[in-house]
Amino acid sequence: MLANGKLVIESSAESRFLVNREVFVSEDILKLEREKIFNRSWIYAGHSSEISKPGDFRSRLAAGRPIIFCRDTQGEVRVHINSCRHRGAMVCREREGNTRGFYCFYHGWTFNNDGTLRSVPGADSYGDKFDKSLLGLVPVPRLESYRDFWFVNFDINARPLIDDLAGAKEYIDIIVEQSPSGQMEIISGTQEYEIKANWKLLVENSVDDYHLLSTHITWMNYMSHSGVNMKRNKGALLPMQGRGKDLGNGHLVIDNPNYRGRPVAAWISIYGEDAKADIANMRAELAARLGEDRARRVADTNRNLAIFPNLVLNDGSSVTVRNFWPVAPDRIKVTAWCLGPIEETQEQRARRLHAFLTFYGPGSFATPDDVAALESAQAGYASWQEVTHNDLSRGMGKALPDQLDTDEEHIRVFWRRWSELMETQS
Amino acid sequence: MSALETSVKLRHEIEDFFFHEAELLDDWALDDWLNLLTEDASYFVPPTDKPRASHLDTLFIIADDILRLRERVLRLKDPACHVEYPPSRTRRFISNVRVNVDGDFIDARANFIVYRNRRGGDIRMFTGEYRNRLVRINGELKILERRAILDVEELGALGMVSFIL
Ligand code: FES
Ligand SMILES: [Fe+2]
Repeated sequence: MLANGKLVIESSAESRFLVNREVFVSEDILKLEREKIFNRSWIYAGHSSEISKPGDFRSRLAAGRPIIFCRDTQGEVRVHINSCRHRGAMVCREREGNTRGFYCFYHGWTFNNDGTLRSVPGADSYGDKFDKSLLGLVPVPRLESYRDFWFVNFDINARPLIDDLAGAKEYIDIIVEQSPSGQMEIISGTQEYEIKANWKLLVENSVDDYHLLSTHITWMNYMSHSGVNMKRNKGALLPMQGRGKDLGNGHLVIDNPNYRGRPVAAWISIYGEDAKADIANMRAELAARLGEDRARRVADTNRNLAIFPNLVLNDGSSVTVRNFWPVAPDRIKVTAWCLGPIEETQEQRARRLHAFLTFYGPGSFATPDDVAALESAQAGYASWQEVTHNDLSRGMGKALPDQLDTDEEHIRVFWRRWSELMETQS
Repeated sequence: MSALETSVKLRHEIEDFFFHEAELLDDWALDDWLNLLTEDASYFVPPTDKPRASHLDTLFIIADDILRLRERVLRLKDPACHVEYPPSRTRRFISNVRVNVDGDFIDARANFIVYRNRRGGDIRMFTGEYRNRLVRINGELKILERRAILDVEELGALGMVSFIL
């Protein structure tokens, strides 16, 4: 089935790119994806700012495993697998906090925050061979970071994160440069929700600008009612058109001129007259620090960055960090946060959050319609045996630099990487 | 009237207000619902992991000022609001009303269960607490601030909060 490569069909001669809909419904394919993709790719675990002090921890999932993302007493960042070495209970059941160690309530084993086993009630019953030093919490096989974004890999032989990120690094850099000190932080408040659809549909949707006009017309109406110029040239799909790009290793981006306002630093009417001077100051700070060209790059362009396989950084109306995991072929668990510069004043922070909520998240004017679209597609795939393929041919036959954000070349980048990994033997 | 009679009467009035509001929302009479709000009202759904936080420094699910709230209603009435088209059928149950008078304000709390029904047997149950700050304008009760605090630890299978809670 996979070996003959029929799931993703690419024909340059016919300018067609087709994806077999079985990939959205099959349990077997999800099983293979876990083995060949999620067990071998760099999976986002958390951001340095979430565990800024020694002892800070967050418990969450990474590629379906319960993990503890923490900073130990010495200040070192660690990711422990959140399962007791005795008989498996989770040693941390709180969402977040600060602690010297983790206590397994089942039989009372205690672990230090660096993972070492501290104490075992009634240790004498285990005999002389019992070696506590071998029974610490299991660390994830690989843990590496880029600019405060921490990733884990369950494949000990994976290539280094820095190499794997390839062209995605430049886009992370642009996001981080919003902060005068180069320090961004995850803002308090987590959006956690499920979508009744296949995870690959969320990757596609996160970088799909073709759907904006039809799916998000009510958002566009809100923007124009609020005084933002949403005029399109005759025949154009969007007020301004950007590009879709291949960043290597399955990472991809849409790179767009901004028209929708940016907390750093492009004023729109929704921010209010009072914010004008403040945003102008931020813009001037960017220019002084980075030079005019780079300031324009940071402040006047937006990017939706998909880091293969399951992390999306959208830097537009605000910055969202969106991580997801397929619990079933037709169900995604999504966790999303808002990212902002640590230097933001109260007003700037409030403005960023307000802007975020207009477009992103379960109560926004846009995400719910994306979810409706994905769930509608997923429901349609019940007919995968009759209506067999999705068409992702937009822009085929055009030269690479001409690939628009509303074309599908960058989405094909994801699918090529997906089939390459799915077809690897062993 | 005794203090007790006054407080019972007020609670009765607030309960009627909540019931009326619920009816308007369940009927999707959203413009009429907007008329229950002050000109500077706000509407909040706090995040499930930080239910007591402030929207000024914490990412909420919904934090609308009146301008965005009016736009939300416009959006909800538009067939291009795909997630709510056709509109969900909702049914809300409101109980445990508690009232506290704070100067010119009336802080009214209530427990809620909102069932949201969609085609295909999709029934979702939202439970939580309303915390409303009410004022009287020309004798009429109006909502100055409306906060719907969900009980769930994460939205999970509830998915989107795409209708007005
Ligand atoms: S399972 Fe943790 S102490 Fe027994
Ligand atoms: Fe969208």
